[in-house]
Amino acid sequence: MNELVSAVPWLGKRNPMAARWLIIIIAIAAPIIAMQFGRSWVRILDFALLYMMLALGLNLVVGFAGLLDLGYIAFYAVGAYTFAFLASPHFGIHLPFWMVLPLGAAFAALAGIMLGFPVLRLRGDYLAIVTLGFGEIIRIFMLNLNYPINITNGPQGINAIDPIVLFGWDLSRNLQVTEDISIHSLYLYYYFFLACVVGSVIFIQRLQISRVGRAWAAMRDDELAAKAIGINTRNLKLLAFSLGATFGGVAGCLFGAFQGFVSPESFSLMESIAVLTMVVFGGMGNIAGAIVGAFALALLPEILRDVAVPMQQTLFGKVILDPEVLRMLLLSLAMILMMLLRPAGLIPARARYAHPENLHRIVNK
Amino acid sequence: METLIQQVVNGLVIGSVYALIALGYTMVYGILGLINFAHGDVLMVGALTALQTMLFLMGVAPGMSPVVMLTIALMVAIPVCMMIGFTMERLAYRRLRNAPRLAPLITAIGMSFLLQTLAMILWGRNYHTFPQLISTTPMQPIEGVFVTPVQIFIVVASALIMIGLTLLVNKTRMGRAMRATAENHRVASLMGVDTNAVIAFTFVIGAALAAVAGVMYASNYGIAHYGMGFMPGLKAFTAAVLGGIGNMGGAMLGGILLGLVESLGAGYIEHLTFGFLNSSYQDIFAFIILGLVLIFKPTGLLGERVSDRA
Amino acid sequence: MITLLDARNIGKRFGGLQALTDVSLTIRKGEVYGLIGPNGAGKTTFFNVLTGSYIPDGGEFVFNGSELPSGKPHKIVGRGIARTFQNIRLFRDLTALENVMAGHHIRTKATIWGILTQNRFTREEERLTTERAYEMLRYVGIERFAETVAKNLSYGDQRRLEIARALATEPQLLALDEPAAGMNATETRQLKALIEQIRHDGVTVMLIEHDVKLVMGLCDRVAVLDFGRKIAEDVPAEVQRNDAVINAYLGGGKHAH
Repeated sequence: MNELVSAVPWLGKRNPMAARWLIIIIAIAAPIIAMQFGRSWVRILDFALLYMMLALGLNLVVGFAGLLDLGYIAFYAVGAYTFAFLASPHFGIHLPFWMVLPLGAAFAALAGIMLGFPVLRLRGDYLAIVTLGFGEIIRIFMLNLNYPINITNGPQGINAIDPIVLFGWDLSRNLQVTEDISIHSLYLYYYFFLACVVGSVIFIQRLQISRVGRAWAAMRDDELAAKAIGINTRNLKLLAFSLGATFGGVAGCLFGAFQGFVSPESFSLMESIAVLTMVVFGGMGNIAGAIVGAFALALLPEILRDVAVPMQQTLFGKVILDPEVLRMLLLSLAMILMMLLRPAGLIPARARYAHPENLHRIVNK
Repeated sequence: METLIQQVVNGLVIGSVYALIALGYTMVYGILGLINFAHGDVLMVGALTALQTMLFLMGVAPGMSPVVMLTIALMVAIPVCMMIGFTMERLAYRRLRNAPRLAPLITAIGMSFLLQTLAMILWGRNYHTFPQLISTTPMQPIEGVFVTPVQIFIVVASALIMIGLTLLVNKTRMGRAMRATAENHRVASLMGVDTNAVIAFTFVIGAALAAVAGVMYASNYGIAHYGMGFMPGLKAFTAAVLGGIGNMGGAMLGGILLGLVESLGAGYIEHLTFGFLNSSYQDIFAFIILGLVLIFKPTGLLGERVSDRA
Repeated sequence: MITLLDARNIGKRFGGLQALTDVSLTIRKGEVYGLIGPNGAGKTTFFNVLTGSYIPDGGEFVFNGSELPSGKPHKIVGRGIARTFQNIRLFRDLTALENVMAGHHIRTKATIWGILTQNRFTREEERLTTERAYEMLRYVGIERFAETVAKNLSYGDQRRLEIARALATEPQLLALDEPAAGMNATETRQLKALIEQIRHDGVTVMLIEHDVKLVMGLCDRVAVLDFGRKIAEDVPAEVQRNDAVINAYLGGGKHAH
């Protein structure tokens, strides 16, 4: 939160308290403002929150522990498919959300460890390619495991997945407050996802300022020196992979339930790269960077879609660059230009690994 | 038995293409320690440029002989790819030579997707039929085994190119400069080698090989599209690692071996898994091999031991 | 005199190069022990084998009466051996304080669950880690740079920080690999005082050093390596008179240095 506060332009440094409230108000009011432009924008915000969770989880692996994972979306897929298997007519199983969510997270964490074990000794760039291969293998299985036994239903994916139901409260139905006032389902999802993101941020921030966060940072900066001060790099890498995967798995469960269907298409390499770009764009290794990066790169393509397409229509009389092309162009240029011009990211905050209050207590003694 | 021979033939053909691409990866890696992720996409640009040239020629000179047409198409595709290789190195990678280790790799991934996007803008999203100028009518040298002239062309041309490249690296001044730079940049530049020029040259040569490989790949399968470079690129990288990255002989060997494993694997996977997996899983062989090699023999088959700096 | 470390017949080969041959030496509790020898004699290799970066081909280390696990750096640190590097290896993007706090990692126990819930144990441990780290910085004399990022420290201060980080692992044996390399006379003098203070506070020190004056003025005993073999082990004054040692350093026809 403090990183995010100081990242607010102008206000952040002068009046942190005001900046803090500004962020809170924006977070709460965002869907209400978005609704003025149409329901689809609230939906886009909901997806942006899912991307934030993904970016936060990937940042833990890439930014904190320094392990470049190009197959991260596979964990998202594991979470989403777990939900689809256990809460849809596909197998006729309908377990409740609060049971499936931990299972999805656990399966993803297990997949993280499965990926982690063999790649422990690999150097940065090899690791990247092997994780990419892992992501592709998962996708190939999703595409083809409809034969000879139909497990994943192949390219069609799985439909009619149960919505999120919290203690008997169905988020996919508008909430009837009084007879005239009802809260739209998209709002409900928004605030639920927002709560998940806030929870993730708190957890990740606690990890960052802890013996584990410092050990990851040490390992990232100099693995040999980290070993020489007694850090068990093998366990810490596995921990980074499995915790990162857990966030992916949780986000995947939410995605499956929110969208109502899953198919291999949603888990292509391009999505892994998109999440990585969000992390890189915001600033590797800091939480605020992941949030801002995810928010900006989830929204920008949609804004472009709304602005650039009609603009092309009026200018050229036809659409030359369709929205999907624009998104890819944006992501790839963001990645290259950030690395060349501003490698520390949009918000180059130096992450803290010690509690400021502990520090002040000693220094003032 | 026929199946076996047939799969070996297919493996050799696709393996030769992998070997050509793998050479580009391995040369750049040997000199810069960079995995040029966008290398596969240079192949795609080569194929699509050649396609565009052929379509143009078919329009203006319909009676032109296929061999001449193919030669002209290659003569256009090769310089275009060389330009792309040169530009990538000059504008992006050169600035990142002393950056933290993840920066060049992330840039290379960005490059790969940028090339794909640009190709999507220029050539659209569709699959294009690639004119098969060399006959694809199969011959039967052995009963039940089919070989097409285009396949023979691919194997022979790859072999000639690899011999040429080996001579270039071992017998010429530039080749010596390349080997010196790969050994140690600073020392090489102290000895009067213009290392920047050598690195640029390496990228350009790699891109030229990719252009040729792209045309071969598209000719073999008869299609071309913006995403066609990704898989062969990844597989060629696997081949380079399998042979020992940084080692040119290793790249050639690795390419052929990978082609064989993949082809045989695709032919027999159904029997091996009792019908559970079929040939749609062909693509996972490369990844599994990559993982196994990196875990058990990271130096590859012909690679030298990389000294760990303690 | 109590023996702290007993190295028995340590051997290490790299391909065709025999880097260490049957090296045996004994370090006593509370002494400063010097390891010297010409370039390429195997000193740093010995450090790497001792601290688990390399697995020895033969021999064993007995530390505090029991054998050290080979090739498991974190376990060896846990047993009480810490090291520094010849070419300083700090965590460049962490502050001085965070570097030392990271050094305390192996002596802390908070679990993921404790970190997630920030229970009393975790908070208390975190507070102690911060305090101890700050004390360590004061001990080596760089507490005013606690919040400076390591890569921005001066060379001499980086050396000190690396020692502070090693001390944070609470070692019984501190192994310093050429701590005075690249230091000027004043810095070397301060370093000597620091090492004496460390020994005085009960930590045994082993050091590789080229600065003969420093070694002779500081060490209680010295071992000399040449071509991977120990050719002498004695008090400094005796080692200086040893013919084999003089030969090794002055060439004696078999060495190019």
